[in-house]
Amino acid sequence: MYDFGIKNPTSIDDVKAALGDAEDGQFLAGGQTLIPVLKQRLAMPSDLISLSRVDGLSGITAGGDSISIKAMTRHAEVAANADIKSAIPALAKLAGGIGDPHVRNRGTIGGSVANNDPAADYPAAVLGLGATVITNEREIDADNFFTGMFDTALNEGELITEISFPIPEAVGYIKFPNPATRYALVGVMVAKFGNTVRVAVTGAGPCVFRVPEMEQALTASFSPDSIKDGLVPADDLNNDIHASREYRAHLIGVLARRAVAEANG
Amino acid sequence: MPAITVRVNGLEVTKEVGARTLLSTFIREQLKLTGTHVGCDTSQCGACVVTLDGKTVKSCAVFAWEADGADIGTIEGLADGDKMHPMQEAFREHHGLQCGFCTPGMVMTAVSLVENNPDIDEDGIRHGLEGNICRCTGYQNIIDAVKTGAKAMRG
Ligand SMILES: Cc1cc2nc3c(=O)[nH]c(=O)nc-3n(C[C@H](O)[C@H](O)[C@H](O)COP(=O)(O)OP(=O)(O)OC[C@H]3O[C@@H](n4cnc5c(N)ncnc54)[C@H](O)[C@@H]3O)c2cc1C
Ligand code: FES
Ligand code: FES
Repeated sequence: MYDFGIKNPTSIDDVKAALGDAEDGQFLAGGQTLIPVLKQRLAMPSDLISLSRVDGLSGITAGGDSISIKAMTRHAEVAANADIKSAIPALAKLAGGIGDPHVRNRGTIGGSVANNDPAADYPAAVLGLGATVITNEREIDADNFFTGMFDTALNEGELITEISFPIPEAVGYIKFPNPATRYALVGVMVAKFGNTVRVAVTGAGPCVFRVPEMEQALTASFSPDSIKDGLVPADDLNNDIHASREYRAHLIGVLARRAVAEANG
Repeated sequence: MPAITVRVNGLEVTKEVGARTLLSTFIREQLKLTGTHVGCDTSQCGACVVTLDGKTVKSCAVFAWEADGADIGTIEGLADGDKMHPMQEAFREHHGLQCGFCTPGMVMTAVSLVENNPDIDEDGIRHGLEGNICRCTGYQNIIDAVKTGAKAMRG
């Protein structure tokens, strides 16, 4: 690890000031991605700006038609939250399936979404549910947030403060976990809001994506049988030691059908 | 260097730590509590698991200064004098270890799993140990040990 300075702001205003004082500051949330990255010397921030002691950056609020999760909320809290379990059960399940208990006790939703790992789970929920990413500068629609592999619409130094998830009529999330890390080899979220259906796929490509062909088929009939094989071509999918692109393309169909079945209870 | 104050197995200590000092390094090298093992140092194996304010964490993936003000529990804090914790006793009884390298993390995790869910079933135990890797036992005896340990902890 290269050496760095430490800043421990306690308010969102202090975070901004700390960032301004630092030559090249970087936020530290749960550290479950960033600390390994620092150990490998793949990043060399001048300062780490720890978000752990910032007031008002953690917690879950349930409203009538949406649930808001603050950025520093740990995966384990989302998995155990009663409001999320009843209103968006697939989201609680998704959080409870990230990594292992120790990772879930530290890792945060803000860190996961900001990082946009191609195999991460939360991006599927944010895009699949059409959530809104709220920052210290603005609100960003899920459809405009994930811009590429490990890339997002966030500006330099922009802080995610919370993510607001609309409550769907029905929702399912199924992933094929990598047996070693539990990251998604492929993960599919399907959510139904009245006459609108959203399908988001993580793990399969360089960045989470929607599948309009499945969305149309499911809008016509919200049943697993509506999803035909081959709706997502293999060409642009990930191809690595864990799975071929053809296998991933196949899994998308299988997991999407299971997600619809889960949504239908 | 920041000075941090933590309570480790109930005892308060104040020490200076470097920015890059991991919680695992602090525990092993500054506190000389070498029961916490470092197997991979890449967040994969769980040998370094300790509790931080009651929750299990991989201490190789937390900076020591992040723990300022916190309660830390390590494997050394489990036994009551010469009397082993029921979970430790169960690992011995069931031969839940061979080389023992993974054992501190396994036992810390198992105790936490049972504390959070006293009636945990085999499926819960298997999923709960997903962050702890053992290269020796093949896991079966570890699962048996945790089942017995859970029963003993329920009393
Ligand atoms: C063994 C292991 C298994 C894992 N398995 C999975 C898995 O199955 N599924 C999965 O999805 N993930 C998995 N993860 C990743 C885990 O979910 C991480 O917690 C997550 O990716 C990053 O969150 P963090 O809070 O730890 O962020 P950090 O590591 O602290 O930060 C990550 C990045 O986000 C930035 N950042 C953090 N917070 C904010 C914010 N509020 N605003 C703007 N930028 C911010 C940081 O500057 C940094 O660049 C795994 C990790 C490990 C170690
Ligand atoms: S040493 Fe920390 S997880 Fe392996
Ligand atoms: S007993 Fe040797 S690694 Fe588990």
